[in-house]
Amino acid sequence: MLTKRIIPCLDIKDGRTVKGTNFVNLRDAGDPVELGARYAAEGADELVFLDITATHEKRKTLIELVNRIAHQINIPFTVGGGISTVEDVQVLLQHGADKISVNSAAVKRPELIRELSGEFGSQCVVVAIDAKKEQDGEWYVYLNGGRTPTGIRCEDWAHQAVALGAGEILLTSMDHDGTKQGFALDITHRLSVGLPVPVIASGGGGTPQHFLDVFREGADAALAASVFHFREIDIPDLKGFLSLHGIDMRI
Amino acid sequence: MDIAIIKYNAGNIRSVQYALERIGASAVVTDDEAEIRRADRVIFPGVGEASGAMRYLKDRKLDRVIQSLTQPVLGICLGMQLMCRHSEEHDTECLGIFDEDVRRFDPQGQPFKIPQIGWNRISDLKGPLFRNVEDGSFCYFVHSYHASTGEHAIATTNYILPYSAALQKDNFFGVQFHPEKSATIGEQILKNFLEY
Repeated sequence: MLTKRIIPCLDIKDGRTVKGTNFVNLRDAGDPVELGARYAAEGADELVFLDITATHEKRKTLIELVNRIAHQINIPFTVGGGISTVEDVQVLLQHGADKISVNSAAVKRPELIRELSGEFGSQCVVVAIDAKKEQDGEWYVYLNGGRTPTGIRCEDWAHQAVALGAGEILLTSMDHDGTKQGFALDITHRLSVGLPVPVIASGGGGTPQHFLDVFREGADAALAASVFHFREIDIPDLKGFLSLHGIDMRI
Repeated sequence: MDIAIIKYNAGNIRSVQYALERIGASAVVTDDEAEIRRADRVIFPGVGEASGAMRYLKDRKLDRVIQSLTQPVLGICLGMQLMCRHSEEHDTECLGIFDEDVRRFDPQGQPFKIPQIGWNRISDLKGPLFRNVEDGSFCYFVHSYHASTGEHAIATTNYILPYSAALQKDNFFGVQFHPEKSATIGEQILKNFLEY
């Protein structure tokens, strides 16, 4: 039986792990190499690393950091932030990433997904979507860390991304991110049952019950950051709780 | 001990190298025939898509090299699939080391997702590759195609149907999962391969 995955996420700015609420008010959460190693040892199923500065000058520091983390961890490692070309991905894979995640660049130029999956395989390409529910009750895609609306429906974009070769969809609800009030269950459910590839739910996980809720809605994996960084939720305890409630977990 | 990892132009080969470093071994990534033949252990990671990967090997005459190796060889993921007879992925003739055929997962109208991505159990473990590995241990898988469970199966996994999670014939081993990403279980399997 394939298990559901628990994925801690490291948001990196200037070489440190940070975490904000609704994508703003960042605070420091520690050394990413230490955190990554801790999560792998505690039974995290995967690690995601998002470079939220991702400026050209900072790229070299980021790559060194990816390399240091990759040396430490024995679980799958996804890196995202500022990726817009095949060369960007090549460099990250050469420094120990297993998968990459693309967001804004893919929305601006969807062909990028086809290029990356053609070159590295779909299994390597995670398409991250930052979504927000608008007044019409529909979910829409936002760019640039949630600052720029696109007017594109989240479900339409997710289906297009998969058709172009995305191997997984990482769905972040900006309305829920950092709030610890639970995941966005409606849109997660719609994507999870509607897409032929795994969906990683992100944004809002604050209690073990929230994780249980989102897995029951069909999510294949759940991602969270600050609750793990600040030890509000302990990964082994969380997996024990979920397993007890009938969710298949690697324990 | 000299370990050679067969080079491709893409993919997470680096992860295999780092995993070996974590268990105290070092490896070179190479597509040089002499270097591969000289190595004590050869790892054939395999990434991407079957027909392109076979073409890459043939262009460099590495197909013949791999078939004729006598030291322990470990194929990982697509590497294992390429060591089988034939893959349904773009109807590709493979290396024919294992008498198995590789087929695409068919969800048969069920809500199974393809590729299978994540941790699944390996069972019916046989042979030296799984020394000190408990039956039912979890390993990390990412794949859309699977090998049948014939006489060379040394581990099976169930996703939609039972399939070969690992194969062995003489000095050739293949694993469908990624030992380099399968936490401490994966490290144990890599150690077993190096100690075989």
